[in-house]
Amino acid sequence: MPASNTSLFNYILHLADDNLIMGHRLSEWAGHGPMLEQDIAISNIALDLIGQSRNFYQYAAILKDQNATEDTLAFLRDAGEFKNLLLVEIPNGDWAKTILKLFLFSTYQFFFYQKLIYSSDKQLAAIAEKSLKEVTYHVRWSSEWVIRMGDGTQESNNRIKSALEEILPFTGEMFEAAEYENLLSSNRISINVSEIKSDWENKIKTVFKETQLTYPLEENTWMQTGGKTGVHTEHLGLLLAEMQFLQRAYPGCEW
Amino acid sequence: MNQTEQNIINTFSKEKTKKKIWDILNTVTDPEIPVLSVIDLGIVRDIRLNDDEVEVFITPTYSGCPALDVIGMNIRMVLLQNGFEKIKITQQLSPAWTTDWMTESGKEKLKAYGIAPPAAKTFDRNYLENLIIECPQCHSSNTKLISQFGSTSCKALYQCNDCLEPFDYFKCH
Repeated sequence: MPASNTSLFNYILHLADDNLIMGHRLSEWAGHGPMLEQDIAISNIALDLIGQSRNFYQYAAILKDQNATEDTLAFLRDAGEFKNLLLVEIPNGDWAKTILKLFLFSTYQFFFYQKLIYSSDKQLAAIAEKSLKEVTYHVRWSSEWVIRMGDGTQESNNRIKSALEEILPFTGEMFEAAEYENLLSSNRISINVSEIKSDWENKIKTVFKETQLTYPLEENTWMQTGGKTGVHTEHLGLLLAEMQFLQRAYPGCEW
Repeated sequence: MNQTEQNIINTFSKEKTKKKIWDILNTVTDPEIPVLSVIDLGIVRDIRLNDDEVEVFITPTYSGCPALDVIGMNIRMVLLQNGFEKIKITQQLSPAWTTDWMTESGKEKLKAYGIAPPAAKTFDRNYLENLIIECPQCHSSNTKLISQFGSTSCKALYQCNDCLEPFDYFKCH
């Protein structure tokens, strides 16, 4: 693969992995939601994200080689090859933590895709256009839940506040470009992630205004990074062990 | 017959074949909402005749919609049954599918089936807000949203405050 294609391949994997891992995390709620309607809602969002990841993986597979498929990319790579944000791999915890994670991530995706639809890469632009419509609903739904809990009872307040303290250090990575992103920016294939930070922050602040939550928590939050370049928390390995089990144990299995 | 006349006849028969294929595809229904055809839904974007091959362009309603693979297969089957031999199904993502493409007859069929059809066009600026969704059972406008996300990706769950029936709403997208 030529060097320029390697960067594109990594960039597409980064976008695919974000969606797959977040989608997988949300799917863990299927059958466990706090009420039936919300169980269905979060499973629907998981389905959207896994669908988006398929679009990206199918595109990445074309760039790689004849043996690569969306399935080999999703199920036969190890943790060190995954390029998802750390934010999406951290465990769900309670409903408050899951919702807050989704809200911070969906808001990021919302502004990200708004830029990616202008990518000079036609396929990335097409996937972004499709995904943006779905993400619009995810932002809306998760915002409502952040307000419900952040402005709810003492208990819900405490829970979402401690979730924020735990999750916020994982958000800085969204706005720091990896090398492959920088290499693609001159051709206007990738977007400049630092440019969407203020939009993201403003949306967070607008929603938090209707709650007891504040953003930022302190002047200089120490930000965790590494996910985009394959340096992950131990949680990803455990997630993959479960998600990839079938394809590892029964190679090539189809049904 | 000169070349120009031959070209006109070829184009004419091509258009006729395409028209026939559109009509055939109108019998392929969505596996999750069997009253709607893939044409009603706007899933079929284009039909092209390349030499001896029929190419059908389809677009997913939602990225994760599990019905799309089944729809592609059903389109292939029905065309085979009608004597077409080489069929290519091509997935097209852009322009992204929108409920704006749903036919009026499709909306009527949805309503008769008990699903409230999309209540606005997505180019209306406030299509996500303040929509009045009419109950498909008793036609009351006094309804409330139960959940943004319903039994399939494309639907939300509502309830009628008058007849108390819960119902699916095909949301604007």
